[in-house]
Amino acid sequence: MAQIGQFALALAWVVTAYSIVASLLGIRLKHDKLIASGRNAALGTTICITTAIVCLGYLFAVSDFSIKYIAAHSNRDLPMYFKVSSIWGGQEGSLLFWGWLLTIYSALVVIQNWRKHSAMMPYVIAVLMGTSWFFTSMHLFIVNPFNQTVVLQSGLSPLPFVPRDGNGLNPLLQDAYMVIHPPMLYLGFVGFAVPFAFAMAAMLTKQLGDTWIRTTRRWTMVAWMFLSIGILLGGKWAYHELGWGGFWAWDPVENASMMPWLIGTAFLHSVMVQEKKGMLKVWNMVLIILTYIMSIFGTLLTRSGMVQSVHAFAQSPVGGYFRAFIIVALSGALYLLFDRLPYLKSENQMESIVSRESSFMFNNLILLAACFAVFWGTMFPIISEAVTGSKITVGPPFFNKVNVPIAIFLMFLTGVGPLLAWRRASTNSLQRNFLWPAVIALGTGVVLYFRGLQHFYAWLSVVMSIFVTITIVREFYKGAAARQVGTGDSFVEAVVNLTLRNTRRYGGYIIHFGFVLLFIGWSGQAFTTDAEGELGIGDRISIREYTLRVDKLGIEDTANYAGQKATISLFEYGKKKATLYPEKRLYKAGQETQPTTEVAIYSSMKNDVYVVFQGGTADGKKAIVQVFYNPLTMWVWIGGIVLVAGTLIALLPNKKTILRRRPEIESKEESKEIETKVS
Amino acid sequence: MKRKQLKFVVGSVVIILTLAYLAYSGFKEGNAYYQTVNELYASKDQAYTRRLKVAGDVVPGSILRDGKVINFMISQQDEKTKKLETLPVKYVGNDAPPDTFVDRAQAVVEGQLGRDGVFVANKMQAKCASKYEKEAAAGIRKSD
Repeated sequence: MAQIGQFALALAWVVTAYSIVASLLGIRLKHDKLIASGRNAALGTTICITTAIVCLGYLFAVSDFSIKYIAAHSNRDLPMYFKVSSIWGGQEGSLLFWGWLLTIYSALVVIQNWRKHSAMMPYVIAVLMGTSWFFTSMHLFIVNPFNQTVVLQSGLSPLPFVPRDGNGLNPLLQDAYMVIHPPMLYLGFVGFAVPFAFAMAAMLTKQLGDTWIRTTRRWTMVAWMFLSIGILLGGKWAYHELGWGGFWAWDPVENASMMPWLIGTAFLHSVMVQEKKGMLKVWNMVLIILTYIMSIFGTLLTRSGMVQSVHAFAQSPVGGYFRAFIIVALSGALYLLFDRLPYLKSENQMESIVSRESSFMFNNLILLAACFAVFWGTMFPIISEAVTGSKITVGPPFFNKVNVPIAIFLMFLTGVGPLLAWRRASTNSLQRNFLWPAVIALGTGVVLYFRGLQHFYAWLSVVMSIFVTITIVREFYKGAAARQVGTGDSFVEAVVNLTLRNTRRYGGYIIHFGFVLLFIGWSGQAFTTDAEGELGIGDRISIREYTLRVDKLGIEDTANYAGQKATISLFEYGKKKATLYPEKRLYKAGQETQPTTEVAIYSSMKNDVYVVFQGGTADGKKAIVQVFYNPLTMWVWIGGIVLVAGTLIALLPNKKTILRRRPEIESKEESKEIETKVS
Repeated sequence: MKRKQLKFVVGSVVIILTLAYLAYSGFKEGNAYYQTVNELYASKDQAYTRRLKVAGDVVPGSILRDGKVINFMISQQDEKTKKLETLPVKYVGNDAPPDTFVDRAQAVVEGQLGRDGVFVANKMQAKCASKYEKEAAAGIRKSD
């Protein structure tokens, strides 16, 4: 199997290279058969890499420890689903997984667009295969997952060696969220390669209208959605696995996923300006180039050990190659952009600071500022070392100070932007749209202030959240009410039909509402408290309205791990709410046993009680227990679900119904007409 | 047209300056010098006044828990002189040490160096590079 995998990789390397050459040469020589052959080669790559990944999965499934990667990341007693997910549990496999997803995306793009965009497609293929070739080269020559396990002997050549059991998967990764978090994240990272490839193809073919944007709109949304899911799952994993009570710590690895997300979000918004107004063409190119580069850079950060991080990835040889690839890709793309500037003239100009265009512009400006700040903070140790000779790190205060106000300002734009008119919003419309939401939000704010909500940022974000929610609800209400008059639908029917007829707009509102919820959950962090105690059986510890009582301290033993377990009863205002089982486990694989903390969490809409069993006291009679009181945390996850639901709705094609009175709405330009009518 | 563009420029500049100021103050609050044990000793007196993050390997058997306080040593071999230098650490942080904090783990402690030579840390990160990566890199594993 390893030989087949190895061969598939080698074949993929050749086929990918051929695909690039054939596509480019085919265009140059106007040779249709050569172009078609380049396309077929691209599809062939997909088959090769798929074969390789299936082989790797098989080797994990049968625990073939003669392969180094398997021996290092799996063991016999590991449950099967973790064996399979170990494919992306380490360096070599996760890069192969990345490369595999890219070839799958490439195949889908080819199948979907070959006929529609025949002029662009050879270039699209060349760009996608260029990226793919880089990854295939890495798999084959630098971090090959099919290398044999060997014993190194000083002065002699390495000897093949088959260990009796594997080293085991890092216990921290033995978690359901870790099974799906990396694939989601990678689906996001890799997905941005598609709009990037189309952008490059648009510049190469000089077809610089909005075709490339319309074609890749769904791709961008899909990539963005997966990246959002990936980031949230990463947070969820950290929350219940790492045991420090929070879900986001501005660790370089988290930042690595945040950066492409921030620019990708800016891109998603600013392409609308190009579609509607023919503006910001150069800017959109810059954004998609940066998004793509940041995706690669994110992979580099997580994979190279370039900066100190909680993720246990050691220094590895991939860093230099990634840097080289980034430099080549970035300079190539920027050169092309520079060369094509004359074709990217804006068709309109900004007219007023109070307009839809301008709200998009500010949205872009601060998203980019946020990304820049995150980049700067993450890279500061490296930058400062280069400049001053000493590594200086920045802490969470840096990230929070910059990004908290940015997030609140973004929230504000979320409420205001979609309701502003293009070109210029009249004072009258401002008053109509925003007076009552603002009054109600501020009024509630005053009440909340006197009821004790006096943390400035938390207060501001609650007020913003109320404001945005009202504007969104009102949009649905107004639309549905208008529809009811025309069609006689019930209100609920009207809301559903309204949404389905203009999925992009109303899906967008739902995404924004998801953000509001996420935001509320996130503001709750300002009020986190914790308590700690050494508790024997029957002892109690209290935090706010909760009391915890230790009922039992026991041990447990399974094939995969052994551990200590506490049984704790949770009371809210004296009433029993739940029984919690925080644990401390020792995984058996590998020669050094590392303890892992399994926290127990009681979640409600109001707050989470997060219980960490830190271990027994020296005499073994008491448990050291830490309890966190985290208000509103559940809303982060609920917001995430709403956000994904909104994206899925926005991805649906608009349902076309025949309107008797106004047939002109049935124009091909989808929602354009309706959207401009609103403001 | 000119006046409108000016509005955009002023708006953007105000936003950027505000963020720059926030970034600067955030930086002042949370910055720390990241050093290895060797570099810490090489920086002499400066070491006592700076907020530091020091990286080193946890010396096997050195971890002593005293209630919430944990005393241990981290060490690191100088790349040039091959001299092994150790730093005693007293961890007084509020959070429990991470699971990965075991003998031989790579630890990063954040805090200040006391005049008595003991590093007082209130934050700690650790990773088990020894187990998961070093050996994987060499491709060997001790049989049980």
